Amino acid sequence: MNIIIIVLISLGLFFFFGTAVGMLRLPDFYTRSHAAGKGDTLSTALILLGCALFIMHEGHYSGASILVFLKLMSIIVFVFIGSPTASHAFIDAGYETGEKQWSNKKQAKKKP
Amino acid sequence: MIELFKLFGFILLALIALVFIRAIKGPTAIDRLICVNIIGTKSIVLLVFMGIIFKRLDMFVDIAIGYGLLNFIASIAAAKFYQHNKTLRPESGDDS
Repeated sequence: MNIIIIVLISLGLFFFFGTAVGMLRLPDFYTRSHAAGKGDTLSTALILLGCALFIMHEGHYSGASILVFLKLMSIIVFVFIGSPTASHAFIDAGYETGEKQWSNKKQAKKKP
Repeated sequence: MIELFKLFGFILLALIALVFIRAIKGPTAIDRLICVNIIGTKSIVLLVFMGIIFKRLDMFVDIAIGYGLLNFIASIAAAKFYQHNKTLRPESGDDS
């Protein structure tokens, strides 16, 4: 059981590492929000699933631990619904206000 | 196992610091808003880690639920405010 929990939380931290590197190194607002919207949601869900399994295993599957497990599950469901919605709202606002898109100028010169 | 959760918490804090660099030097306001959204989502996870380390998860998980709801509403409100407020836009200072 401990191995499953450690693997889940490590996978979540790995996906969040991808999100952090994407936020630092991608050149554009749209690409940055692409990195933010997906990696953030999946990493939060994986880490919280690992924590929920840990707390249910630690509490010997009693009633109180199952209640905490259900609350963590409700957080996961809410993050899965809410985080892409917020990300879409941000991209919509950025597109409507005319954010500049990134283009690779060197490659565009080489093609013709 | 608790020591391992402390290690996970410190790794998460280091990664949040990486995102915070972009929040400081982000070229436009909406980059900073996205960074604030990410940090808010990750602070839910950090609260759950704190609950496991202090062995009071039944109390901390309620705070995490409230924090998640507030973070979602704040993100939507900030996006709508950015969409309708002309002074925050990138080119509105010089061109229009």
